[in-house]
Amino acid sequence: MSEYLLLRHRQIPDIGNLTVYRQNEGFQAFHKAVTSMKPEEVTEVVKASGLRGRGGAGFPTGLKWSFIDKNKWPHYVVANADESEPGTFKDREIMENNPFQFLEGVMLCAYAIQANVAYIYLRGEFWQIAAHLDRKIAELHSAGLLGDNLFGTGYSLRLYTHLGAGAYICGEETAMLESLEGKLGQPRLRPPFPPSFGLYGMPTVVNNVETLTNVPLIIEKGAAWYRGYGTEKSAGVKIFSLSGCVNKPGNYELPLGTTFRELIYEHGGGIPGGRQIKAIMPAGASSSLIVANEQALDTPMDYESVPAVGAQLGSASVIIIDESVDIPWLINKTIHFFKHESCGKCTPCREGSYWMMHLTERIDKGKATWKDVELLKDVATQIRGKCLCALGEFSIEAVLSGIDRFRQDFEARVGAREMIETQP
Amino acid sequence: MAKQVTLTIDGKQVTVPEGTLIVDAAKKAGIDVPVFCYHPKMEPVGMCRMCLVEIGRPVIDRATGQVVKEADGSPKVQFGPKLETACTTPVSEGMVVVGASEKVKAGREDILEFLLTSHPLDCPICDKGGECPLQDLTMGFGPGESRFIFDEKMRMDKHVPLGELIYLDRERCIQCGRCVRFQSEIADDPVIGFYQRGRSLEIVTFSEPGFDSYFSGNTTDICPVGALTTADFRFGARPWELNNAASICSQCPVGCNITFNTRREARSGGRMVIKRVMPRQNEAVNEIWICDKGRFAYHFTEGGGSGNSERLTQPLVRKNGELAPVSWDEALQVVAERFRQAGSGLLTLAGGRLSNEDLFNLRQLTQGLGGQTALYTQMAGGDLVAQVGVGQGTNFADMGAGSAILVVASDLHEEAPIWYLRIKQAVERGAMLIVAGARPTRLEKYAAHVVRYPYGSEAAAILAMLNSLSAKRPNLPEPVQALARSPELQAAAKAFAGAQNGLVLYGSEGLGLEGSQALAQACANLLISTNHIGRANNGLIAVWQRANEQGAWDMGFRPRTDLAEAMKSARVLYVVAADPAGDDPSMAEAGEFLVVQELFLTDTAKLADVVLPVEAYTEREGSFTSGERRVQRFYPAVPEPAGLKADFAVTGQIGQLLGLDLEARFASKVMLRIASQIADYAGLDYVRLAEVVEQWPIVGRGDVYYGGTSYENSQGLGVQLAPAAQRGAAVPLAWPEFASQSHSQQASAEGLLAAPINRLLDRGQTVWPSTLLHSRIPQPYVALNPADAAVLRIPSGAMLQVTLNGTARLAAAHLDENVPQGVVLVPRSMGLPIFGPAPVEIRRAEVVSA
Repeated sequence: MSEYLLLRHRQIPDIGNLTVYRQNEGFQAFHKAVTSMKPEEVTEVVKASGLRGRGGAGFPTGLKWSFIDKNKWPHYVVANADESEPGTFKDREIMENNPFQFLEGVMLCAYAIQANVAYIYLRGEFWQIAAHLDRKIAELHSAGLLGDNLFGTGYSLRLYTHLGAGAYICGEETAMLESLEGKLGQPRLRPPFPPSFGLYGMPTVVNNVETLTNVPLIIEKGAAWYRGYGTEKSAGVKIFSLSGCVNKPGNYELPLGTTFRELIYEHGGGIPGGRQIKAIMPAGASSSLIVANEQALDTPMDYESVPAVGAQLGSASVIIIDESVDIPWLINKTIHFFKHESCGKCTPCREGSYWMMHLTERIDKGKATWKDVELLKDVATQIRGKCLCALGEFSIEAVLSGIDRFRQDFEARVGAREMIETQP
Repeated sequence: MAKQVTLTIDGKQVTVPEGTLIVDAAKKAGIDVPVFCYHPKMEPVGMCRMCLVEIGRPVIDRATGQVVKEADGSPKVQFGPKLETACTTPVSEGMVVVGASEKVKAGREDILEFLLTSHPLDCPICDKGGECPLQDLTMGFGPGESRFIFDEKMRMDKHVPLGELIYLDRERCIQCGRCVRFQSEIADDPVIGFYQRGRSLEIVTFSEPGFDSYFSGNTTDICPVGALTTADFRFGARPWELNNAASICSQCPVGCNITFNTRREARSGGRMVIKRVMPRQNEAVNEIWICDKGRFAYHFTEGGGSGNSERLTQPLVRKNGELAPVSWDEALQVVAERFRQAGSGLLTLAGGRLSNEDLFNLRQLTQGLGGQTALYTQMAGGDLVAQVGVGQGTNFADMGAGSAILVVASDLHEEAPIWYLRIKQAVERGAMLIVAGARPTRLEKYAAHVVRYPYGSEAAAILAMLNSLSAKRPNLPEPVQALARSPELQAAAKAFAGAQNGLVLYGSEGLGLEGSQALAQACANLLISTNHIGRANNGLIAVWQRANEQGAWDMGFRPRTDLAEAMKSARVLYVVAADPAGDDPSMAEAGEFLVVQELFLTDTAKLADVVLPVEAYTEREGSFTSGERRVQRFYPAVPEPAGLKADFAVTGQIGQLLGLDLEARFASKVMLRIASQIADYAGLDYVRLAEVVEQWPIVGRGDVYYGGTSYENSQGLGVQLAPAAQRGAAVPLAWPEFASQSHSQQASAEGLLAAPINRLLDRGQTVWPSTLLHSRIPQPYVALNPADAAVLRIPSGAMLQVTLNGTARLAAAHLDENVPQGVVLVPRSMGLPIFGPAPVEIRRAEVVSA
């Protein structure tokens, strides 16, 4: 990558220092927006840039901002820094090392929807990052970039960090809003969606950290410039969190549309020990397992292409699985996670994840028969399409794709059991 | 009227108001959509996923905005890829809902299979078995066999007391959240909640004491499984063994419709006994809720005629100084003879827990002999309620924007919890609430205006409101003028006067007979002057201390301020359903001859010359008139116990012995006489009182999963009486006698004034026999301001000697900064003789050492 847009600290190591950030055009976009642009114009630029939500759903960001209900006030911005998807660690690097660009993105979003308060909701384990951001926010207040009557325009804005208590579900935007309100972190019914009924029932934009970090450069350099990166429908750059069986795991900022092969073999240094790649989970634990054949490796990583190989791009936490990994073991680990993190609000997810956990546990321990594998598939299918939120719906992706696409691994596990059973 | 929307549900065309949820639209069309978490009285949450249906919507051409048509001309309908929840989806024009397809059936089976994986399947010992939504829906839609390995089931605690009244079985809970939502949305006692997450999600209480709410029992009705059960009923009986009898709660003037569930059982000696109290739907009275007093305090009625309780079993006549059992004939002969001799010297003193029929016969008997009647109460104003009471058709459910509700001198949460609940809901719909009180009460949370006055100035405060509205200021005493200058009071008065509907509820806190009469008159004046009379949702409601005090007023009973003297001077005193000697030892000096007609051998009965044992109201039929002047019928729940008679029958038989024309056999025939002689009750009979109309939501039928186990009302919604103002009678203003006494004049040498307050759970005769409630009833106490306590050197919790009306009693000191200085709050029916505001002396009780 010739030039970083998001992980700019890799080129400008002190960008986390306010003076350095400002020397590198920092807060010029915010100043420009607040002093010379109408709020709707900011939204229009973001719309035109083709920026899509980086939290997983890939919803067009500018469109989301334009949905904000202008008949109900006040408005809020909530930055989703709950980064909990297994295999995702991009927002952390941004907030730790390039915090001002992220905060400027929050501020631009707030201006665009005319919010005077924005919250940054961080997962509980990010308490050090929260303290770090608090210091940065205080610096912005001292520098006159936050507070009342900014640049003499009468616009005022304040930012606050808020720590969650360690629940995966609070990354779901409505559960996060509940948690932010001090309630039990359980998702709300949608519709209504946050732009009409969000925090404290008021219109709210919820965006992922990475999404917001894109915004300052888009405002500064323009939508057309941003569209120069990525593909037509998936514009811009994306941070791919690469992990699993790969030589050089880490965050890689690449244009959307980069192939899996390039990420894994050029940037990630290939598979340890020269082993054969077996599967890819492109969206963390919520992902289907892609069979890592040649066609899959040559698939561009963008919102449109990944579904063609039977998965979603999601938050682009790419987990690599090689031939040494047994799929029933992987599925068992994944389902333990979902069982642990199910909030319990809706029946299929609460009961289904608990049931699936027992089945995968038995399968993985070699204590199951093929009937149990079929039952597991049944249970997963039974969950599909009936859950209140996406957590439950995603919990079955790995299970169903695992059984369908790596049937031989399950047969091997069950075969051992059946042999034991048939011995005299 | 809301816009109407037409849709098709399972081939049936339904037209409902816009905004209706599919589940309710289906219900109205007679189609049941199975639910667990949805409840028609609460906001939908879509958690249980049981109500999944297929929903199709007409395809709209984006260019023309017109509905796209199929080849045959019918609208083209597009179905979504997934099943959708009927409980969260509002209807829309042309929608097609399919609940009977194979896809939907499979979906329901899937959800039930999930729910059953964690369910203990202990139906054979579960209290809910037989009326259990999970059981019923499993039979209807569930899988026939289990694919879940039993050993993998989660084991959890099965006997978790959430408090003394409600138990939780954690294994049975299906996490539908109905109880949690009821407590926060409807009762506003958010004292239970979810703890943990996922399969470990559990209901916990975080109040001290546990599940501290007067409405807790309702959660057991709406719980769709046997997770929540009452300590009173759990393991008591199976639902299918129970008979049901319609009744009316006798604990307060709300008149909640209830059902007594009864069964004949070996452990009660083969007798029919009441096993539990369930709410019975009356959307104009209690909807489908009751308070915990109504649910648990029924035990006083038990054991009639069995000798197994405190109940009297046979007539007693004093012989050689001792009360001795005699036959009814003998007892009635003795009484009739004495009554004959007394003639106009007869004083009949009756209590407000008697039915209209009892009171009517008592009045007829006494008047027939030229004697006098008196109502045993500490609250007055029933005559005014008859004139300017709420109009026919009054229903709190109809009050919202445009309605003003004024509550004065009453802590409704303690005195009439269901009115508290319904007024809270009216406020949520937009009604404007004014709370006038001498101290903060819970209802004030919902008030748009709070009017604070010193104890003793209740009527003055209302007159001041009226005075602030009127240009011609009547010459009122200075305390009124002073209150009238308060901007908050003026704003409240203006808001009340300007409202389309105006309703006043007045109570008896801090008041005795004179004070409450003055207050009632002041409230009547306010209503008359602001033209809030003679119409539905307008008028006066008295928050009586007993269920049928309004009925007693209507039957002609009046309280008297000179009761003690009248009792002493009466030649024969006939005390029915009252215990003056128990309440105040100074009342123990009765006249020459005392006849007591009672359930129990009360302190007064112990002094009697003749004691006549009667049936509890659960053992007979009759009617009560509620505070909203709704006449409602109650039916016998258990058979008439041998040896006991209903009050009206006893009185009737005495009357017959005296040659008077009284009905002594059928309550229904007494009602016919009431209807012919009491104008307000004209046209009433038991048939009319038993009439019902279809109510919404539909509850209590086969589908207990929808509304819960509250009973459907098929035995009568009662008849609300029209007040005189509605019948066209002129109701003139009258200026009340002013209690111009200020605190200093009434207070004791220490400067302390006792003000009576009312508690829901007290030590009264109709509460105390329910031992389950004892943990929620404190020791006798008085409450005073910490500043006063500091002067008197009384620490919190100290034992005090409280001297009231010449009687000294022990009581604990509760310090409460909400109590105005110079005032000692004394709860009624808690063992302290308090009838109205009175001087009080308190000092620390001496510690008696052995």
